[in-house]
Amino acid sequence: MLDKCGMNEIIVTILGVLGIIFVYWFFLLKKEVKIEASDSIDITVNGGYIPDVISVSKDKTIKLNFIRKDSSSCLEEVVLSDFKIRKYLPLNEKVVVEITPKQTGEFNFTCGMNMFHGKIVVTP
Amino acid sequence: MIDIKKTFSIKGMHCASCVLVIEKSLRGVEGVSGANVNLVTEKATVTYDPDKATDEKLISAVANAGYRAFVEEEVQSEDKERVEKQKELKGLRIRVVVSLGLGLLVLWGGFPALMDTAPAILKNFWFQLILATPVQFWAGWVFYRAAIPALKHRTANMDTLVVIGTSVAYGYSAFVTAFPQIVQRIGIEPMPYFDVATIIIALILLGRYFEAKAKAGTSEAIKKLIGLQAKTARVVRENKEIDIPIIEVVIGDFVRVRPGEKIPVDGIITEGDSSIDESMVTGESMPVDKKSGDTVVGATINKSGSFIFKATKVGQETMLAQIIRLVQEAQGSKAPIQRLADLVSSYFVPVVIMLAITTFVAWYDFGPEPTLLYAILNTVAVLIIACPCAMGLATPTAIMVGTGKGAEHGILIKDAESLEIAHKVGTIIFDKTGTLTKGEPSVTDIVAFNNEKEDNILRYTASLEKFSEHPVAKAIVTFAASLGKTSSHPLDRAIRERAETEKAELFTVNKFKANSGKGLEGEIIINGNSRKFYFGNRALMKDVPVNIGANEVEIQKLEGEGKTVMILASDFELLGIIAVADTVKENARQGVEELKKIGIESVMITGDNLKTAMAIANKVGITRVLAEVLPDEKEAEVKKIQAEGKIVAMVGDGINDAPALVQADVGIAMGTGTDVAIEAADITLINKDLRSVAATIRLSKKTMKTIKLNLFWAFGYNIVLIPVAMGVLYPSFGLLLNPIFASVAMALSSISVVSNSLLLKRYKW
Repeated sequence: MLDKCGMNEIIVTILGVLGIIFVYWFFLLKKEVKIEASDSIDITVNGGYIPDVISVSKDKTIKLNFIRKDSSSCLEEVVLSDFKIRKYLPLNEKVVVEITPKQTGEFNFTCGMNMFHGKIVVTP
Repeated sequence: MIDIKKTFSIKGMHCASCVLVIEKSLRGVEGVSGANVNLVTEKATVTYDPDKATDEKLISAVANAGYRAFVEEEVQSEDKERVEKQKELKGLRIRVVVSLGLGLLVLWGGFPALMDTAPAILKNFWFQLILATPVQFWAGWVFYRAAIPALKHRTANMDTLVVIGTSVAYGYSAFVTAFPQIVQRIGIEPMPYFDVATIIIALILLGRYFEAKAKAGTSEAIKKLIGLQAKTARVVRENKEIDIPIIEVVIGDFVRVRPGEKIPVDGIITEGDSSIDESMVTGESMPVDKKSGDTVVGATINKSGSFIFKATKVGQETMLAQIIRLVQEAQGSKAPIQRLADLVSSYFVPVVIMLAITTFVAWYDFGPEPTLLYAILNTVAVLIIACPCAMGLATPTAIMVGTGKGAEHGILIKDAESLEIAHKVGTIIFDKTGTLTKGEPSVTDIVAFNNEKEDNILRYTASLEKFSEHPVAKAIVTFAASLGKTSSHPLDRAIRERAETEKAELFTVNKFKANSGKGLEGEIIINGNSRKFYFGNRALMKDVPVNIGANEVEIQKLEGEGKTVMILASDFELLGIIAVADTVKENARQGVEELKKIGIESVMITGDNLKTAMAIANKVGITRVLAEVLPDEKEAEVKKIQAEGKIVAMVGDGINDAPALVQADVGIAMGTGTDVAIEAADITLINKDLRSVAATIRLSKKTMKTIKLNLFWAFGYNIVLIPVAMGVLYPSFGLLLNPIFASVAMALSSISVVSNSLLLKRYKW
């Protein structure tokens, strides 16, 4: 069917390829912005976690204060499976999650359906 | 006068001075002895005499200061969740009804097979636009509201797909309606697809409504546990019985419980007796008789008598609070099987968007006429059919129902990983004393040899045992480690008890020494003369050495009856033996048989000699026995079986066999007293029922089966239907997926996964 390949098809193909590259860049090549936290940090839950990469020190207790501003049910729970925590986040209310990381490394936190992700980076 | 403490919310504060004003106003109320207001939590804590100060007075004091107080019982966070859920469901229901109603009208006027019967006005494109717009931007606002902030943070979820898909369909239709001649000029019949956009939104909302309803069921077990907690306690203070909120009960309070009432916290009965139904907490079905000195567990029900108990554990320390915490932790943990789903779902939505673009380009470039229309409809179908939620829900929902189901029956699972490993267990090692047996041995035989009197045998041995209970300071320091183990051994206790009932007169003992895993030795002063005695097993006799010789027959006969025989010797001479027997637990045999039925080998581990061990093993139906294993060797025995390539579970009391429990792939502890969170164990059976070991394995198998089926559906659904929506079946079969059917399938996929998890609830034990 390439015989019918006219200008429109070529333009659509080029736009399509550019679109795919854009989607790849936009969603998958997102730069991580790491925020260092010492005692406590506020995490806004609105279309994701802000901030979503939090650097903390090993063996130090830190309070993660989740405040859900997003009414989408997707984000109503936060799960820190490495710390065995699953918490319901009432809308516009501060929910304090206290953790004391015993190991260094990266530990994900996600929404209940595992669609939104954040990361706790534990440094020595 | 007794003051009580109450915490309540205050609304309207915005600065530190508000705090001072409210505190001052509250302190001014007669009967208030203290008031503390917190600006951050927006709460006031007031200490007051309830006879003088009332809720109304407190509310009006706050109101006089210019703020509002909410003195009613604090709403628990679980209630808050329920209230929010109900609100959400109500909102969803309205959106579903409106969008379905309007959507069906649009469908009637726009769907080729139906439109002939529709009134003319419904076929009017502008009218369809008017009907479709509220569905798209009011009912569908939930999708935009979730997708837009996500896009701002360069993340995407299911809402993103729905937003793109329906916006494309709606946008194209609106364009066709506004500029039909432009569409006509490029050779396409100007036909809007408002039905696609509206019906998709209506159906996905409907799916979400059912999903939210079903999901609420997965956390029911924890809600039930939280609901078990008593609200008030009747404490005896200053010789008066008063009802106070449970939060104010402190350790040491004496609490009165009347028939039919709930026991508020954990404690020890000090007065009275009763029969108590503990089934709601421990899963133990029969009521337990309790008397003065026995422990009671909070949230259990007092059936018959009235009694007073002393509170020993309150708040977060109670057994119920520990159980709730453990179940919550398990539900927050992740099963290893979920890893693949996690990995896939982190790339899923962007990949689907890329596939949708590919679909558009392929249909536009290579599809039949009108290419643009095919390209748009198939792209929408791809975006709508993809369902990442089903993958995200597959494992956690099953884990939540599974761990909750376990807790209901007295099986506490520490984390999802333990629940997952348990289904692969091939061998289960049971510790003997206290696990298969009751751990309450009693003396059954006393045999004297070499003209020694039976009475004396008991006196000598009891003297040694007595000594082990009251060791002098030096002995504690020197032999603390081995002494502790020996004196707490149930066998020693049995002998002491027998001596006490016979009122045997005991001797003084010097140079006492306990040999771990072997027995005791010491010098007994008889008529002013010191004589060295040894009391223990064959290993100790070999060390002395003492020749057992002809008496071996008698010893073996008792051992053959499952009794533990301990030998008393002095001056290299055998004096006699004492046999002690423990009773096998009622349901031990049944527990082992149930394991056999599901193909699991049971092994018994004990410090007893092989003959005694075999006799007990026969009683419970175990054929493989690891006998004469010293306490610190148990861990190595577990390792040996693991080296055979088997996944091993170890069942013990969690105290003496902690290293073995940790070494095993799954450590199962039989709960004791009111401590449920046994550190070394992965699973704790608070119902102390050995049949629960098999029940745990069955629960694990069933949960894993559910998870696998869920994952199969979730993955299979996307793997099969995304290509179909892209049109791979079109060249061979001319088959395409209508975007409306795609939305039906999508809504069903999440519901099917959650419903399948909920089926676990119906699982019979």
